Amino acid sequence: MDNYMRLEIPSKSQNEAFARVVVAAFAAQVDPTIDEISDVKTAVSEAVTNAVIHGYENGPGTIVIAATLEGSRLEVTIIDYGVGIADIEKAREPLYTSKPELERSGMGFTIMENFMDSCHVVSEPGKGTTVTLVKTFSRADDTEA
Amino acid sequence: MQVKLKRTGSTLIVQMMGELDHHAVDAMREKIDVKLLHEDIKNILFDFQGVNFMDSSGLGMILGRYKIVSAKGGKVLACSLNPRVRRIFELAGLENKIPVFSSKQDALAGA
Ligand SMILES: Nc1ncnc2c1ncn2[C@@H]1O[C@H](COP(=O)(O)OP(=O)(O)O)[C@@H](O)[C@H]1O
Ligand SMILES: [Mg+2]
Repeated sequence: MDNYMRLEIPSKSQNEAFARVVVAAFAAQVDPTIDEISDVKTAVSEAVTNAVIHGYENGPGTIVIAATLEGSRLEVTIIDYGVGIADIEKAREPLYTSKPELERSGMGFTIMENFMDSCHVVSEPGKGTTVTLVKTFSRADDTEA
Repeated sequence: MQVKLKRTGSTLIVQMMGELDHHAVDAMREKIDVKLLHEDIKNILFDFQGVNFMDSSGLGMILGRYKIVSAKGGKVLACSLNPRVRRIFELAGLENKIPVFSSKQDALAGA
């Protein structure tokens, strides 16, 4: 492994921006393109927001964000110890949300899947949820003049 | 996130500056809804000129305002989306409900 980071934050909505900026700054050391960095920021924002809103239902809790870089491959893991997901397949369906009353769009997982190379979800009701996001960058430093 | 609300005729212009995420959306929703409740507003134009980041929480907030406004025969419009924001609009198929314009002037002409 070339590099790694680990961040632990309380489940608060104002930490969503902090978390995505930290991961973006960590990934920036391998010179991804601006678009690739934006993809990572958006996907991390979705996963952390889900931990806050769904995992801990806007209550207290701890969120762990861990990331590794191996060459130009970034792997980010977002962990909560909240309510968990009973039906992961259903949760991943575009437009599905369990909280329409909070005006959720149900597009979080769809965005994570589209903006990253892969999005893997492990969850157990009552125990929590772990989302692993992977993206291999095209190495902007090789292509830019 | 900074939000400025302005009116042009019966259209409320929501001018946003910053990052449109869950945290920002929770703060601006009430501001808009208070206006909708107390003023005679038909349409809403979301001006994305100053928005450099949006995630699915932004989509939810916009769709929520669309529900309120369209129930009374009004429209929700959006303008000046950067390519990132536009991609998220497209992923969600939002453009079927919310017409997107390249500038505020074009959007107001279409309102
Ligand atoms: N960390 C989590 N803990 C518990 N449930 C979750 C978590 N993340 C996602 N979910 C479930 O998956 C559903 C879909 O998530 P998502 O696609 O992000 O849509 P949204 O957040 O708009 O509801 C959520 O409504 C919720 O039921
Ligand atoms: Mg979500």
